[in-house]
Order: sequence, then C-alpha cells, then structure tokens
Amino acid sequence: MDYHFTEEQGLLRDAFAQFAKEEIAPHAAAWDAEDHVPMDIVPKLGEMGIMGVFVPEEYGGTGLGHIERCIALEEIARYSAGLAMMVFTHHLGVAAIVDYGTEEQKQKWLPGMCDGSCVCGLAVTEPGGGSDVAGLKTVAVLEDDTWTINGRKCFITNSHCAGVTVVTCRTGEDEKGRPLMSTIAIEAGTEGFKPGREENKLGLRGSFTGELIMDNVKVPAGNTVGAPGKGMPITMKELGEVGRASMAAIELGILRACLEDAVAFAKERVLYGKPISKLQAIQFQIAEIRCDYEASRLMLYNAAAMKDEGKVGAEFSMAKYFISEAAVRSAKRLMEIMGGYGFVNEYPAGRYLRDAVGCIPSCGTSEIQKMIVAGETLKKF
Amino acid sequence: MMDMNILVLLKPVPDPEQERDIQIDTGSGRIVREGVKHVIDPESRNALEAALQLAKKPGGEPGFVAALAMAPAQMKDKLTEALAMGADEAYLLSDKAFGGADTYATSYTLAAAVRKIEAEKELQFDLILAGTSSSDGGTSHVAVQTAEWLGRTHISNVCSIELPDSAAGGALIRAVKRSEEVMLTFEGEGPAVIGVTRDINKPRLVTAMGIIKARKKPLTVWNIEDLVIDPDKAGLAGSPTKPGRLFKPETGRTAKEPWETPEEAAAGILEIIREAGI
Ligand SMILES: Cc1cc2nc3c(=O)[nH]c(=O)nc-3n(C[C@H](O)[C@H](O)[C@H](O)COP(=O)(O)OP(=O)(O)OC[C@H]3O[C@@H](n4cnc5c(N)ncnc54)[C@H](O)[C@@H]3O)c2cc1C
Repeated sequence: MDYHFTEEQGLLRDAFAQFAKEEIAPHAAAWDAEDHVPMDIVPKLGEMGIMGVFVPEEYGGTGLGHIERCIALEEIARYSAGLAMMVFTHHLGVAAIVDYGTEEQKQKWLPGMCDGSCVCGLAVTEPGGGSDVAGLKTVAVLEDDTWTINGRKCFITNSHCAGVTVVTCRTGEDEKGRPLMSTIAIEAGTEGFKPGREENKLGLRGSFTGELIMDNVKVPAGNTVGAPGKGMPITMKELGEVGRASMAAIELGILRACLEDAVAFAKERVLYGKPISKLQAIQFQIAEIRCDYEASRLMLYNAAAMKDEGKVGAEFSMAKYFISEAAVRSAKRLMEIMGGYGFVNEYPAGRYLRDAVGCIPSCGTSEIQKMIVAGETLKKF
Repeated sequence: MMDMNILVLLKPVPDPEQERDIQIDTGSGRIVREGVKHVIDPESRNALEAALQLAKKPGGEPGFVAALAMAPAQMKDKLTEALAMGADEAYLLSDKAFGGADTYATSYTLAAAVRKIEAEKELQFDLILAGTSSSDGGTSHVAVQTAEWLGRTHISNVCSIELPDSAAGGALIRAVKRSEEVMLTFEGEGPAVIGVTRDINKPRLVTAMGIIKARKKPLTVWNIEDLVIDPDKAGLAGSPTKPGRLFKPETGRTAKEPWETPEEAAAGILEIIREAGI
C-alpha cells in the first residue's frame, strides 16, 4: 500500500475534518458530560456521505472503500469517540447487509441507512460473555417461513436508536453437535423486541450502549442476512475486518487528540519563564506520543488497505490491539503533561483516557486480539 | 436571466490557521509556499458559495459556474475542491513563467484566461466573483484590476448579491457594499466583477458525494503558451511591484503578575491599552 493518501483521500479528510470541527468539536464535551446522544447530527452525517461511505452508489451510498471509512471515523473520533462508536457500529451492521444481504434487503434498508434516517446495529454479545461467541444463547426457530426469536443481548451500541439491528442467533447444531448461528435483521418496533437497560458508561458517552430483549419476536425468514447457519463466519468476518479496523480508527482519533493537545499545552504552559515544551522530560513524553501515533497510523491504514484489496490477516487484530493500548498510554501521558489541568473536567484529557479505555473491550479485548495474532504468527513463521 | 454564467476567481493561500508556520524568504521577500498546507482563500470560498447560490437556485434552470485559479500545479486539488463544492468546470493557470507575479501581472493573466474561456464556451460571464482581499496578499487589487483589463464594471466589499427580478427573466443585479459608515446598494446589469466579503454567506461543507462527482467534471490546466498574452507582462518579469522589507512581527506573549483587586486590574489594563496607543 502507498502510505501517502491519494489527492481524493486528502480532500475527503479535509472535508470530514471541517465537518468535525464545525458540527462535533463545539459539543463533544457536553455530549460526554450529559451522556447525550446527538441524534440530530445523524442526517448531517448522511448528507456528508459518512453513513454510507462504503455502500455502493446504487443503494444511495458514496461507493468508497474502507480507507475512506477509517478516515471518517478518525476525524470524528478526534473530537468525539462516543459519536464515532455510533457511526462505526452502524457501519458494522450495514457491512453485513452489503456483503450478505439479499437484493430485496439492500433495496429496502440501505438507502435509509445511507441518508441517516435509519441507524443500524449489530448485536452479538450476551450477558453470558462476549468473548465466547460460540456460547451465545439467543435462539431463533424457523417455522412456516417465520423466525421466532428469544433471548437477551447486552453492551449493544445503538441499542436505543437503531432502526434495524442484525442479531446473531443460535439456530441449530451441526452433525457434531456444534452450534450453528444465523444473522437475522430485526426492525425497531417489531412486537416483543425492545431495548432493555441503557448502560451508564465510564467513557464513549454520547452513544447508546444497552440491552436488547427479544421475547417471542416474529420476523419473516426473508430477514435472514446471509445463509441460515452461516451466522458465525458472517459475524466473525464483519467484527474481525470492519469492526476491528473501525475501533483502530477511533482509537487513532483519540491518539491524535492526545498528540495535538499535548503539543498545544506544552507550548502554552509557561514555567520558570519559558514554555514547558523546552523541558526535555516533556519533550520525551511528546516524542513517545508521536511515535505511538505514527506507528498506529501505519498499522491502521495498512489494515484498511488490505480490506479494500480483499486480503485478510491478523493485521486488523494487531492494529486494534496496538492502537487501543497506545491510545490509553498517550492519554495518560497527556494527563501527566497537563499536571492538575489534566485531571479536571474542564479539559478533555480525562475524557480521552476514559474513551481510550472504553475502546479496549469493543470488538474483542486485547487478550482476544493477541490470541488471534499469536495463532496466525505460530502458523506463519 | 434564467441561467446565470458565473466565473469565480479562486486563490489558494497558505492556511491562515497555521499562520505561525508561515515563513518569509528574506532574499526575495516572498512567502515560502513549500511544505505549507494550502487552502482555498476564505473570501474566495465565499465567492464560490455566492456563485453557487445565484446560479443553482433550487427549482430554477441551473446556470454555469466555473472556477479559475493561477497557482502552482500542486494546487490542483484546490480546484477539485471547488468542483466538489458544486462548480461545473475548473481552470488552472500553471506555469513557471507565471511565478512571482504581483497583482498587475496576475490580473493581466487572469483576464487573458477569462477571454479564452468565454471564447471557447461561446458565452460571456454575467458575473465574475472573487474575494475582495486574500488572506495572504491582502491588496484588494486582483478583482478590480481583472475587471479593468476586461473593461467591465466592478465593485468590491460586497456583502450581498441579489437578482431581484430573475424569475421574470430580468437581468438586474443588486449588490450591497459595506463601507465604513453606510451600506451602499448598487443596481445594474452584467457583465460585472464583484469582490465579496466573508459576511456574504457561510460556505457549504464539501461532502464525500461532492468529491465523487468532481471526478467526472472537467479540470483544464493551461500554461503560458495556451494564453494569448505578452510574456513580458506575466509573472515576475511583468510585475512592477517590488516588495520592501518583509518580516514576521514579534508576537510573543509575556505573562504579567496579576493585580490584587478588580479595581487595580481595571486601572492596570486601561494603562496597558493607553500605552499601546489603542
Ligand atoms: C462500549 C462498548 C460497546 C459495545 N458494543 C457492542 C455491540 O454493538 N455489539 C456487540 O455485540 N457487542 C458490543 N460490545 C461488547 C464487546 O464486544 C464485549 O464487551 C467483548 O466482546 C468482551 O466481552 P465481555 O464484556 O462479556 O467480557 P468477557 O468475554 O467476559 O471477558 C472477560 C475477560 O476475560 C478475558 N478473556 C475472555 N476469553 C479469554 C481467553 N480465551 N483467553 C484469555 N482471556 C480471555 C477477556 O479478555 C476479559 O479480560 C460493546 C462493548 C463496549 C465496552
């Protein structure tokens, strides 16, 4: 991959950055403090072409790739990682429909998902443990061309605002007794389908994270996204490729916020008659953040380019693992550079740290990423 | 006037938000452009927005909006950005021989390009819009001088442009100019050259879809051979202006011990303002 972006990608970044500066930056602190989910910005994200950035133009999308999607997420997360969570999870559900949906499903749902009138979600995790996907208990039974779904999902982003959620359900067993899954789209308002508790999170506030309850929910067999019984590979592919690259992009946005704020503060803050940026200890902190940022950037856009080229590999997991840890490190460094100011909520350093920590579990914890990386590494080398 | 033809003079400038990174070459007295992020000059952007609003009225016949810039080849993306905002075509005048131009040589070259575009398109622009003064040079010359080369009416410092009877097919242009004390309203028919100010509108954001659409729009690059001009009047050779000493003013800040009471602070601040002669 060419690590220098194309002229068009540069223009897109400028456009997304300008949008983020005007529409997100002024409100990000309030969204965090009040845990306010800014639904009114969603149609604007649609207008900008971000909601359907990688969706083919024939379905109302912008028809770009995952590099461009990651650019959008990085620019949003630079100011509000919470809002970026909403957008990324929307993309996750949309990707399942783009990649596996029927023509009818695409025609029906994608235009609204691109213009921002319908937010999408993807629900896998259950109270019984997110890492153990094979162990999930939500059950769907097919009878007379209708699924009956029962179960409970938790920690689901967009739980309280999604118009359509793609839900991973257990739908049978193979001949060896291993569970078979299916991914089934459920529209908001379907009888028996409702959001449960809404989580009060430490970070990534300004996005809904909560439960989804399915109590004898009936949906037509036509809502199955992909082949029945193939839900596990579908879920793993979307989480693994779209999901992890997205989380890495959000974490990169947080990292850049740390970098920019650290430099600005160090140049402004005067001690002993000169800015603290002249102190070597501060310079070293900044150098560490910069190295983490540059390494992260290369890892992310390499993974995104691989996705666009149709390649797969542990690069997504490497990026997700490395960048989430790097974002946490950098936020902590920023707090140290800022001294007392780093710890008061008037400044965003604390929010960056809370958001960075919040990114670790989503789309697989660091342990899970390391297991994937090790698995591939032991085969490859 | 159902379908307006409007040309926008668009200048790429060093990003004003990164002002502190801007260096001046002490030898030539010119801004060092290499390695500096460039953007469309803020007022040029307003001019483009005004053109799009006037020519692309919802429901009306869509008019034609073109953007023209004289700039180094690597500034081509600024014209792509103009296309992404909604311009129909863009023209870049790029040649080493145009380099180092002052406003006299710049406007001379731009005027030649205007004539060429009009001849090729077989039209006359009803309006040529530009920023009144760019954020880097700030001379307020170029729009006015271009108009003079073309022999067209011109007004600068315009904060509002209307087409009062366009629905009835009328060609009247109404422009409001802000002067120090009064607002002046001018009315007349085109062709005219108008320099706008920042308060005329809020430029639209570039969208991803706009960038995709820009792929299919024509962006023409012309060099000195493509224009009917006297090479001695272009670029550095054709520039009578010789910049004097250029330097970066000291803008460093110093911290002062705060005053004990609000009264002392008020008196102290007043004193500083007086001393500074503000
Ligand atoms: C902000 C946020 C948004 C989210 N959004 C969504 C969403 O939209 N949709 C969705 O489906 N889920 C979502 N999740 C859930 C997320 O995917 C899970 O939190 C994650 O998969 C971990 O699952 P868990 O929380 O149940 O932890 P557990 O799986 O219970 O893990 C607990 C601990 O055990 C470790 N562990 C687990 N397995 C192993 C192993 N094999 N070896 C070593 N260590 C192991 C983990 O690393 C962790 O430290 C979201 C989570 C967060 C925080």
